[in-house]
This record gives sequence, structure tokens and C-alpha cells, in this order.
Amino acid sequence: MSENNLNREQIEAAAAHLEKAELEAYEVTKLTNDYPEMTYKDAFDIQWEIRRRKEARGTKIVGLKMGLTSWAKMAQMGVEHPCYGFLCDYFTVPDGGEIKTDELIHPKIEAEIAFVTKKALKGPGITIADVLAATDFVLPAVEVIDSRYKDFKFDLKSVIADNSSSSRFITGGQMQRVENVDLKHFGVVMEVNGEIVATGAGAAVLGHPAASVAMLANMFGERDEEIPAGTFVMVGAVTAAFQCKKGDSFSVRYQGLGSISGRFV
Amino acid sequence: MNQEQIQHAGDELYDALVNRTPVKPLTERFDDISIEDAYHISLRMVERRVAAGERIIGKKIGVTSKAVQNMLNVHQPDFGFLTDKMAYSQGQEMPISETLIQPKAEGEIAFVMKKDIMGPGLTNADILAATDFVIPCFEVVDSRIEDWKIKIQDTVADNASCGLFVLGDTAIDPRDIDLATCGMVVEKNGEIISTGAGAAALGSPVNCVTWLANTLGQFGIPLKAGEVILSGSLVPLEPVKAGDYMSVTIGGIGSASVRFV
Repeated sequence: MSENNLNREQIEAAAAHLEKAELEAYEVTKLTNDYPEMTYKDAFDIQWEIRRRKEARGTKIVGLKMGLTSWAKMAQMGVEHPCYGFLCDYFTVPDGGEIKTDELIHPKIEAEIAFVTKKALKGPGITIADVLAATDFVLPAVEVIDSRYKDFKFDLKSVIADNSSSSRFITGGQMQRVENVDLKHFGVVMEVNGEIVATGAGAAVLGHPAASVAMLANMFGERDEEIPAGTFVMVGAVTAAFQCKKGDSFSVRYQGLGSISGRFV
Repeated sequence: MNQEQIQHAGDELYDALVNRTPVKPLTERFDDISIEDAYHISLRMVERRVAAGERIIGKKIGVTSKAVQNMLNVHQPDFGFLTDKMAYSQGQEMPISETLIQPKAEGEIAFVMKKDIMGPGLTNADILAATDFVIPCFEVVDSRIEDWKIKIQDTVADNASCGLFVLGDTAIDPRDIDLATCGMVVEKNGEIISTGAGAAALGSPVNCVTWLANTLGQFGIPLKAGEVILSGSLVPLEPVKAGDYMSVTIGGIGSASVRFV
């Protein structure tokens, strides 16, 4: 991993700037405009500083997520790596629940699958097999992403600093043991207001959803961090992201894993 | 179009197929061509194939995705006829460079019927009850119209752009699978190029077969026991050339693969 070009003061200022935009739901210009010299290490340090700020106020971290995990999306962005983010207690919306649109900027939904671990994973060198052996169960999830950047336009460093556009998530449906799901080939059908807007299959996530968890463990390993046992991890989008507005309702069906629904109010 | 024009257009498309020489879009040459005219042209084209010794073994449904319907500005699918000469088996080489003009591959679920069934008035329940099994399928579509410059009438007249197809070798009872949510993963030369799910075809592959049975029923044509019905693509079309290798895997159903030569 690269070194820092920003000093501690700049990292804290950037974290405060982005977190305020998140909490008060307004757009900002992408961070690399303000700090063109920032490195990937700086970007992750800013994200971890946002996490530290939240935890210091008593916010509980309830899971992790991977982003930009489709090869197509990475090629389109000209990046070679996905990114990760953290999930907070107040991000959770119950299955069938309401998402308060006014708390967000320009939300989009993505169909995902989540892993819940039963053993710690610490990179480097974590493989799909390690992930499957450490998985308690998988279950469906819908992520609501909401970049704090104007028009959802960013580069990889800016999005990493912005907690990988994390904002809300819904989980529910039917949990399954990993040995009971064909994770590469299970299908997903996403409907908004009763119309099918996207379909996909597990392989859309880095070829196999467990590869995404392995990559997360290896990226965490670079910072000498581990994914503890009992962690909820969303692996990245199986479908294209779909922009939603107040009044929209959605329902996502997962092969062998039930369904998830919710609405924007 | 009058009878003579229809017959001539059908013969022209048949010649284009046999000689691998595409023709100009019919819609550029016949202002008044209707979809019904187009089906009559396709029947003439298929008649020529049967006269040359081919046997009809099933049907295909096309224009089942919202993206393709929007592109062609229609809100219904279309259909064509499958012959024995179009069918290839799992693992067999498919000689596209000798037989096709501008091939594109798509992953589908094929239905094989176990009893005759005729619309109109059929429901999805009737179709499922009449289905022997579903099987993975690669359809390789082709157009006898120059550069795929098709409007809906052009593709209907051209037997719904039928080319060749390959079936996998896992037959699954439709009772054992959720056909709307089953996932599809398509790989080309070892790389995953697209994913989708059953609902990408009119909400469910079963909806497509029901539409076909009810549409054909209006003309007194049944779906027959043993027929193969290709229910429509679940992923975007992919242009292919000799030397390419593709595989499709459908969650809970199985795989089909094909090597193009």
C-alpha cells in the first residue's frame, strides 16, 4: 500500500467534511479536487477516521461491505481494485421497511448477498475456501448506496474516503448454509414499482461472491486488521444500481433465498 | 403485400440463407409490410427448408427482453421455426464460419413438451403441466438482413433471426426449479461476460412459452409433444467468431457449452 501525502490534520478535516455531508445529506465535490496529491493510503485513512468519529459518539459498527466488485464497473472506472466500507447501526432498515428519502442525497439500490462469519478472517493469503469454511450462513441484502459526491461522479480514491457510498441496507429473506447455495449461479430479480429493472447472478461479483469476502480480508490484512467472527459482510452488487425516489417501492427475489422488499418515503 | 411479393420475399431470404449473402431490409423496400405479411414470408422461407429435406423440431421465441423490444419499438415477442439442421449437441463444434453470416450467441432455457397443447386460453399452469423438462441452451442467432439493420417485420420474415442452437445435457423437471429467479452466467473464452436471471424474458420463461402457445393457437397450430421451445434470451447478445468458446450455466438447471469453428 502507498504512503501518506496528507498530514493528520488534513485527514481529520477531510473526514469531518465528508461525514457532515453524509449526516446532513448534501452534495460535495469529489475529494481529489480538494486534495489532488492524496494517495490510496490517505483515502483509507480518511474512511477509518470517519469510522473513528462515529464510534466515539457511540455509533455501533454492524458490518462491512465491498463496492465496485463487478469487472465491468471496474473497467468503466479504470480501476483494478474494488473498495470497502463499514456499516453503522443507523444504516439498517428492516425487511419491508421504509427508507427516509430526505435523509439521503440521490439514493440507488443494488441487490447483494451477505455473508455472516463464524471465524475470524485475516489476510494476506485468504482464499475462497477459507471464506466458505469461516462462513456461518449467507442471506440476501439490498444496499442503498448514496455517494456524497455531486452527480454520483467520483474516482476510486474519492469514493474510498466517502466510505464507498454506504448509506442504508436491508437484509432479510431466507438464510442458507453456504453448502446449500450455488453462490456463483444463483439468480436475482430486482423490481421497482412492480416492473423488472434488473436481473443478475452471483458470478457478477468478482466471479464468485466468496472471492469478494476473501479480497476484503486481504485488504484488511494490509492494515493489519482482521474481519472478526460474527461479522456481517455485503459482497457487492449482483445487479446494476437503480436510482430511486420518494414513493418508489422495490422487491428483490433471490433464487433459493427468498425475497426482500422496502419503500422510499 | 400481395401473395406474389410474399412468396418472392420468402424465396429471397431462403437464397440469402443458403448462399450466405445478406439482403437489404424488407422494410426499406416494402412500405406497407405488416407483421402478418412478415409471418407469411417466414412460412415461405421455412417451406423451402422443409422441401430441401429439413424437419421442423420446435419453435423459438424472440424479442423477449425489454431492451430488444424498445430497440425494435414493439411490445410483444415474435417466433420462428426450428429445424433439425439447426441443432447441435453439447461439446460438438459449431461450424459458424461455413454456415452463418453475422452470428451472435445468447443463453436461454429450452422447454421440451410432453404432450400436445393448443391455445388460445392457456395459462402458465397448462404450460408447466405439458412440459417434460427444461434444458440449458445456447442459441446462435443470425440475420439474413444486411448488418442486422432490422425492424420487427424484417426479423419476423427472417424466421425470427434463427441460426443454430446447442442444448446441454441436463434435463430438469420444471417442478423442481424457480424459473423466474434461476440465475444465468455466460462465459466467453474463459471470461464471465454477462449474468442474468429467468425473469429477464417477459418476467419468466414460462410467460414466453404461454404467449407462444396462445399466439399459435389463434392459427390452429399446437405445441407438439417432443418439440423443443427456445424461450428467449436472458442476457445481451454476444457477437461470436470461429475460435471462440462459450459456456452458459443456469443455476439449478446445468450448463451448455459450444466451440465455434
